[in-house]
Formats: sequence, structure tokens, C-alpha cells
Amino acid sequence: MDRKCDKCNRRATHHSVEIVQGKKIEQHLCETHAAEAGLSIKAVNTPINELLTNFVKLHSGGQAMTAAQELVCDVCGLTFAEFREHTLLGCPHCYQAFERQISPLLERAHDGGGHHVGKVPRRCGSGQDRQEQLTQLRQRLDEAVTREDYELAARLRDDIHRICPPSPGSTERSDIPGN
Amino acid sequence: MTLRQITEHAGEWLRGAGPHSDVVISSRIRLARNLAGYPFVNRAMQRQRMDILETAKQQITSSHRISDSLFWVDMRDSPRLDRELLVERHLVSRQLVSAADDSPRGVAIGSDETFAIMVNEEDHLRIQVLRSGMQLAEAYEQINRIDDALEDSLDFAFSPRFGYLTACPTNVGTGLRVSVMLHLPAIKLTGQIEKVRRAARDLHLAVRGLFGEGSEALGDLYQISNQTTLGRSEAEILADFEQTVVPQIIAYEQQARAALLRDRPEQLDDRVYRAWAVLTHARLLTSEETFALLSHVRLGVTLGRLDAIDLRSLNELLLICQPAHLQRIMGKTMNPAERRIARANLVRQRLGVRRTP
Ligand SMILES: [Zn+2]
Ligand SMILES: [Zn+2]
Repeated sequence: MDRKCDKCNRRATHHSVEIVQGKKIEQHLCETHAAEAGLSIKAVNTPINELLTNFVKLHSGGQAMTAAQELVCDVCGLTFAEFREHTLLGCPHCYQAFERQISPLLERAHDGGGHHVGKVPRRCGSGQDRQEQLTQLRQRLDEAVTREDYELAARLRDDIHRICPPSPGSTERSDIPGN
Repeated sequence: MTLRQITEHAGEWLRGAGPHSDVVISSRIRLARNLAGYPFVNRAMQRQRMDILETAKQQITSSHRISDSLFWVDMRDSPRLDRELLVERHLVSRQLVSAADDSPRGVAIGSDETFAIMVNEEDHLRIQVLRSGMQLAEAYEQINRIDDALEDSLDFAFSPRFGYLTACPTNVGTGLRVSVMLHLPAIKLTGQIEKVRRAARDLHLAVRGLFGEGSEALGDLYQISNQTTLGRSEAEILADFEQTVVPQIIAYEQQARAALLRDRPEQLDDRVYRAWAVLTHARLLTSEETFALLSHVRLGVTLGRLDAIDLRSLNELLLICQPAHLQRIMGKTMNPAERRIARANLVRQRLGVRRTP
């Protein structure tokens, strides 16, 4: 489990243990609070992260955003409220699930940029539907393996391979005993 | 090649060569990529992270188009000191190192340290290429080749509207972050750092001290990086650096150096030789003081006022004076007080050996 910052809810990235007069003092801080304490330099993208956080907070009073709180990504289950708290999205589909809320925010963070310009992967045969289907299948596979439902797991694995054939020479890990 | 073998020398990017190396220490490019069909790292379960790690590792280590010589470091079973060493060498991020101990993550590092590919940091893949001096075009050419090679068998999460999809929306689009590390002692001495900030701000680039905070840049080292990744192409982002901002800042720094030489040569030499005197005689050195002194010595070397040491050795000192390197070289763990002694000894030894009679 990732440890939270002593001063806020973000993930702690600086950990220290000091012994002061025989007492153990632990400190866990996020990048921002570590920087504040003089322990680190802020990450390169902090200004934008801050902008993002502030922007999200600023607009959270509005009705649109309050309603958006309830929004859920139906592929990974992330809620918009969770995104607001951590400013991290849960999966590629989140960009679609929260598109209306995120678009103005992206334009702010990227100096007006709203549409991608630049490199496009050659293997673009992987449409979004296919990518989402894969994410969902893999989630279900994980659950099946956890439940030890190996029959279902085997079927799901076949489905995954049908959509996404294993690359030649890759050593696919197997979660299924004897498979 | 192993981690142990790289410790005592600086990687390619610190060799003090390359175009404009009197001002530009290094050029760095990073690409963020995520595998399609998986949640992002922060939302992926342990087993999925394992899957991502294995898939990526397999592809990275088997592709000959990436490099003939690289080594893989699994963060889960590498000692704390090794991990710190990699952070000090700019090969991995603090975030990768300090994730939960059992969190599946690792890094592939080119033996010449020109590139590193982190797996399961904030994004599934963080590819970076490092070069010494001003070599953004070369760095981009290399990183683009690595990206193409990975794409041979990995499907990246991509949308026509938002480009390469990343966990944090601030990286979405090209996933490209360009950073140029600059040594700006004369601009600092003449109090003109605001000019640099203004030049960068006009193009929405961020300026920060490499060590230290905000305007207090330790060792007068500054890093300039882009903040916009969506709506501008790789070529446009690179052009801002290559054609606009970096040449402008190099010109400012060179004007300031020329002005120092012309108007205040005694003050300049005094700075340089005081720094040299302390470094060659001090018995206790903090890393902060060492960085500050090395900066002045470096200025003296680039202006031909001091020829007792070359840029490469200065860069090496900058690297090995940091805590993890110091402890690795001394072969023991040391507290800050012990490190101050060891640092001063190491600096005297390195500078002494190279001193011309
Ligand atoms: Zn915090
Ligand atoms: Zn999602």
C-alpha cells in the first residue's frame, strides 16, 4: 500500500527515519511538502499540477462540477471525485468518460491546446473499443483468478489472445496452474 | 555492465562535451507511454502491474533496435543505496525509487547511460534519453527510434483527439518533456536571472534550479522544460528550445561572461581562485558548498582563467559528491557529518591528482 503524505492526501515520495534523543521520528512527505521542507526540488511539472488542482478546486463549487462528482468511468471505476483529489486518471477510457469536465482543464494546462498534434503510433489498428474491451477482459480475468475460477479464466485468456495475439517470442506468464 | 561498474565515472551526458558545453550541461528528452488495455499504474492491481512489467521488460530486453547493451534493474530487489545512486545519476525518478517496496517496477538502462526506460512509474513506460551539451535533435532521433522499436509489439493507449494517453492530464498528447540543463553563473553574478525567466515564460517553459529551490539554484544550474504537451507537435516543441529559448539564454550568459572579463577581471579571478583554494584545502564540505564552489571553478575554466582541471572532471565531481555516490566509493554507509569529511577528502584527492605542477 502506498503511504500518504503526513501533511496532505497525496502519495508520499520522501521517507525518512531519524532517531532524536532515543525516539524514532518518521517522516513521509509528498513532493510538494518535501519541497516546502527543503528536502527536495519540486518536480518539473509542479506548476501545471498546481494549476490543475487549483482549477479543479475553483470550479468544484459550481453545479456542473457537483453533478460531475458522481461521474464514474465504467471501465476502471474511477469517480470524478477521486480524480479531483489525486489529479490522476485511472485508465485510457477515463479521458472519454470525463471528456466534458477535462477538456477546459486541458486547455488551461496546455496553453490552449485541445487536440493532439504530432506523432501517431503506427499500430493504430488498435481502436478504442478494442482497447477498452481488453481492459475489461483483463479486469475480469484477474477477478476470476482471484476466485480460482480457472475455467472462466482460461476462456477469458482465449478472448484476450483473440483480440491481442501474444507477440512472437514473448514468454507469457501463466496464472493458471498446469496451464 | 552492471550498476557497480558505472559508479566511479560519469555517464556520457556528463562528459562535458557536445555543442555549447560551456553553458549547456545536458539535453534530456522523456516520453510517457501506456500500454493499451490496462488501467494506469495508480489504478492497476498488483497482478496487472506484474503483467505490465514482464511484458515491457521482455520487449525492451529482446529488441535489438533499442540497444545492443543495456542492463535491467528490478527496484524490488535492489538495495536502497543502489536506488539512490540511480536517482543521483538522473537515470530514475525519486518517485520510482520510493514506491512501496513490493510494487512491481524496474528500469532498463543503456550501458553508456544515454537512455533509461522506467516501467511502472506514474505511467507504464517513461523513456528518457540524455546527451551532453546541446544535442536535442540527436536525443530526439534516439528516443523516437526506441519508441518505434517498442511499438513493434506493444500497443500504446492513444486517442486521435488527446494523443498518447497518460495518467496525469498534464502529460497527455505527445507525452514529450524536453529539459535542458544550463550553467548560468555569470547571469547569476550579474543579477539577471529574471531575464531568463521572462524568455522562458513567453514560450510557456518552466525554469527551476537543478538543486535547491526556486531562485536559489545550487551550483548555478538551471533546468528549462516545456509544460505544453497537447496541441503542439514534437517538432514545434523542440524548435522552441533549439531555435528560440536556448540560443537566447546562451547569448545572455556569454554577454554576462564577457562583461565580467572586461569590466571586473580581478573580481572574477578572485571568485574563481577563492573557490579553488577552498576546494583544494577544506577538511569539511557540505554538498551545497561544494556545488557553489565547483560552479565558480567551472566558470574560471570555461573562461580560460584556470586550467588545472577540465570540464569532464568537474562534472564527475558534481556527481560523486552526492551522498549515495560518496558512500558507494567509500564502501560504507555514513551519516552527514562523516560524509562532509569524506567529501572534502575526495575533492582534495581528485583535484590534487590533476593539478599541474
Ligand atoms: Zn503533502
Ligand atoms: Zn477509467
